[in-house]
Amino acid sequence: MPHVSSYTKVRGGRKAAAGNVGRPPVAWALPGIVFFALFAIVPLAIAVYLSFCHWDGLNSPTSVGTANWTRLFKDPEFRQAAWLSLLLTTISWAFQTPVALLLGVWAAGRQRSRAVLSAVFFVPLLLSTTAIAMLFHALLDPNFGVIKEIGPWFGIDPNVLGSSTGALLTVAFVGGWQFMPFHTLIYQGGTRQIPQVLYQAAEIDGAGMFRQFFHITLPQLRNTITTSSVLMIVGSLTYFDTVLIMTKGGPGTDTTVLPYLMYRTGFQTYDLGYAAAIATALVVVATALSLILVRFSGFGNMRSTREGM
Amino acid sequence: MVMAGVLAGCGSDDDGGTLTAYVYGDDAVKIQEAAVKEFNKTSKVKVKLIPVPGTEYVNKLRSAMGSPSAPDIFYNWGAGSIKPYRDAGQLVDLTSAVKNDAVLKDGFLPSIVEAGSLDGKIYGVPMRGMQPVMLFYNKTLFAENKVEVPKTWEDLQKAITTFKSKGITPFALGGSDKWPELMWMEYLLDRIGGPDVFRKIQNGDRSAWGDPAVLKAAQTVRQLVDDGAFGKNFNSVDYGNGGAPTLLNKGKAAMHLMGSWEYSTQLGKAPKFAEEDLGWANFPTVAGGVGDPADVVGNPTNYWSINSRTKYKDEAIAFLKTMASKSYAQALVDNGDVPTTSNAASMLSGSPNPQFATDQYEMVQKAPSFTLSWDQALESKYATPLLTQISKLFAGKSTPEQFVAAMKAVK
Repeated sequence: MPHVSSYTKVRGGRKAAAGNVGRPPVAWALPGIVFFALFAIVPLAIAVYLSFCHWDGLNSPTSVGTANWTRLFKDPEFRQAAWLSLLLTTISWAFQTPVALLLGVWAAGRQRSRAVLSAVFFVPLLLSTTAIAMLFHALLDPNFGVIKEIGPWFGIDPNVLGSSTGALLTVAFVGGWQFMPFHTLIYQGGTRQIPQVLYQAAEIDGAGMFRQFFHITLPQLRNTITTSSVLMIVGSLTYFDTVLIMTKGGPGTDTTVLPYLMYRTGFQTYDLGYAAAIATALVVVATALSLILVRFSGFGNMRSTREGM
Repeated sequence: MVMAGVLAGCGSDDDGGTLTAYVYGDDAVKIQEAAVKEFNKTSKVKVKLIPVPGTEYVNKLRSAMGSPSAPDIFYNWGAGSIKPYRDAGQLVDLTSAVKNDAVLKDGFLPSIVEAGSLDGKIYGVPMRGMQPVMLFYNKTLFAENKVEVPKTWEDLQKAITTFKSKGITPFALGGSDKWPELMWMEYLLDRIGGPDVFRKIQNGDRSAWGDPAVLKAAQTVRQLVDDGAFGKNFNSVDYGNGGAPTLLNKGKAAMHLMGSWEYSTQLGKAPKFAEEDLGWANFPTVAGGVGDPADVVGNPTNYWSINSRTKYKDEAIAFLKTMASKSYAQALVDNGDVPTTSNAASMLSGSPNPQFATDQYEMVQKAPSFTLSWDQALESKYATPLLTQISKLFAGKSTPEQFVAAMKAVK
């Protein structure tokens, strides 16, 4: 045995030396692959397996075939949760993307004041989601919170978290408030990658600020927008802590999004098999959405944003 | 047995071993801590108390019980809350231990021991104070507006009208937490249909949700909501963060239907209010209802149960016996709790508020029926959907008929 291993070592070494520089052998990726398998693939496989079982967490799981899945497709609560998740994702995307994009482009400038302000904008991202949710929950207390005082100035009923639309919009807003800095950062980085010569050329041609933005900045940020959107969509679909702390899925079930429904089913009802089915469905939806986005944006082809450069 | 003894001996030091005990981690833990300290002085096997934060308690217990590192002794609510563990063969049946032991047999109020039992078998020993749900009210608001404390449904409706006309919310309600809403359903069903309707449901008769009294109770809830009895924004008010109790002590709400712990909550938040302005009463009668107006709902008490996998069953039972001791009951009284021991009545004069303690004790003692909170009486697979449906009913997202249909359909 020792002979074999020393032989392979030598062979491996020789191969690497034979002009494969910059493309390390698969072995280099091994730690990454092992970790990914251990913490992503294996749990996912277990979840898929559990989705075909009945399991209360105390006794051993027993196989129930496709019962959880047939129930899933008929369950009005699942349908509502899926719809709410998609709605929340859409609202979050539509709200965060324009703001983060504009802020990021603005923050990409090099003036001193922008650097300071950018650091300030970044603060929400550093707070824990729990802290943020509790903070907003206190601010939105209908009897003793800030909303009671300033809500009426803007024609807002203080019962924000108690109304269906209000609760969902609040969850979307709080999520946006927390994660917008992150996307701003992505856009800032993306904008700084755009070669200055493009703007210099545009200026010589007499293009104003708006034309520069729409004809240079935006197209050049195409891939950045895709990256940010995929992260945003996956993030919004798995949105959980804010819901748990601020609305507990209510009023009624009007903010019971998929991850919360999964939590309720798994860790309050202890129907872990059905919860696993919900979780698996969530993975499928999130993956499908990301793939669709990547495909239709042309991101998958890695089309260069620097044509002609 | 020999093997078990050998295995048990492995790895343990020269001491007698350790019993771990999970307990709900709130202020009352200090009483259990003292009891453990006292017990450990004389016992070879030591008890190790593990307080688990309240919101995580049920989850943590459930995961621990499914794992090799399960506690030997654990706090619970009896009945449905321990049924899954009983069904999985994880509980020590204490029936004969209690019946053959004078201390355990005569130590506690029989109705309390029974309330925590399952199918006539005892799995738990009472270990905390009684927690009936009571109607708390703000005395000043009642006096200022010349309102009588409601004894009948008519009184209640009059009170609602009067307080509403003065811009005062009649009832504080932490609707965001859902379980405070459940208390209304519990009392209404008891007053309208008597305790047997829910007893049937608890015993597994799902069709009992179809009893006309359930529908009537749900309709009454809707009527209260529509009448503005809970104000407009109760859906965004909670109990846990102090929303509802503050409404009561700031005079923004006149009444609050809540467990007896409301007293200590108020004492902590607004001591002056708790001592001078806080009143309490039984839930009023409901016209046409068949339930006894003296019936009570809430948590009879909490219990210790023993994990059947424990290595030290006898020592665990010995520890549970100390719950019947006078010194333990005294510690509960000093903390403002009303113990469920049979000797409690004579000790209540030493309570921080003897009047409140005595009223509470008598209320429970005289009650023909003490219905355990539904979310504890039912297994979690029924209790969680129940809380969801109650919340939908209060929020106007489902009708009383839909509520009944949804509860009948829970599998």
